[in-house]
Amino acid sequence: MALVRLPPFESFYAEHRDAVLGELRRLVGHDRAEDAYQETFLKALRAYGSLRHADNLRAWVLTIARRVAVDQLRRREASLPDPEPATDTRPAYAELGELADDLPRKERAAVVLRYGYDLSYAAIGAALGSSEDAARQAASSGVRRLRRRMQ
Amino acid sequence: MTVSPTLDSRFREAAAAAGLLDVAYDLIDSPIGPLLIAATDHGLCRISFDPQPDREAEWLAQTFGVRVLRATKPVEPAHRQLDEYFEGKRTRFELPVDLRQSAPFSREILKRLARVPHGETTTYGALARAAGRPQAARAVGTVMNRNPIPIVLPCHRVVGANGSLVGYGGGLERKELLLKLEGAIDNTLL
Repeated sequence: MALVRLPPFESFYAEHRDAVLGELRRLVGHDRAEDAYQETFLKALRAYGSLRHADNLRAWVLTIARRVAVDQLRRREASLPDPEPATDTRPAYAELGELADDLPRKERAAVVLRYGYDLSYAAIGAALGSSEDAARQAASSGVRRLRRRMQ
Repeated sequence: MTVSPTLDSRFREAAAAAGLLDVAYDLIDSPIGPLLIAATDHGLCRISFDPQPDREAEWLAQTFGVRVLRATKPVEPAHRQLDEYFEGKRTRFELPVDLRQSAPFSREILKRLARVPHGETTTYGALARAAGRPQAARAVGTVMNRNPIPIVLPCHRVVGANGSLVGYGGGLERKELLLKLEGAIDNTLL
């Protein structure tokens, strides 16, 4: 039995689904947002029964959505073909993804989300399950590491 | 940003298919008005008349668990059998029911109730006697009134010793309609 009184999942879902889809479209694009949407709410549903709090469910589900988006971006980058050095028409995040490939996981995600997707540190923190400060720190130490490598 | 019906139902059915729901429910039409039907893994757990979905979902969440979601697949067998029943093509429901939340006495009475055949009636007293509690006719009435799965558990087939309809959780008109549909009472008498 849950210690707190959560609304039925149906009400929770109905209340937040539009916001989740909006956030996912912003993060991964219109086409890929639908898969991420499914994944987000399935994850939420899996965890919902054992939630210990009922406050700020919007923030909670958006955090899940951002994590799903980050994972999806990572998978996408992992499957990108070898770079064509001649003409580079790829979006910033694709190039960054490769550049940042060897960085520690958190730093890489922070760099890609900050400089590839132009996300705020707050959003990055939410996606990574850490604070805004920690996200800023991860991004800047990622950038320092990249710089050292390029010298 | 609005979620399309396709995306929405894709999630609902995926959630049910993944076995992640405590309760799945749907809203359906019937000759006696809209019905909400709900099922857990154990079986059908709720049918309600004139449902207010928010209130019902709240009750289902408190009773069976918070992972309550509208999804058609898990309640499809009940939906189909109810349609057949209302079309006069079915006289017996073949559906598991989930009575885990009912008290032992209620469960005992509801199980006996399930065996009252289509087209017949019984009385509150007879059900009480059958359960070995001849003094409990009034308690049987209470159980009928709170029957979580009317129609399928046919509390409409329970009438007073003098043949009067007495009462019905879904309103007396519905009891009458169901009994007429089953041919248990003459269409011309009422």
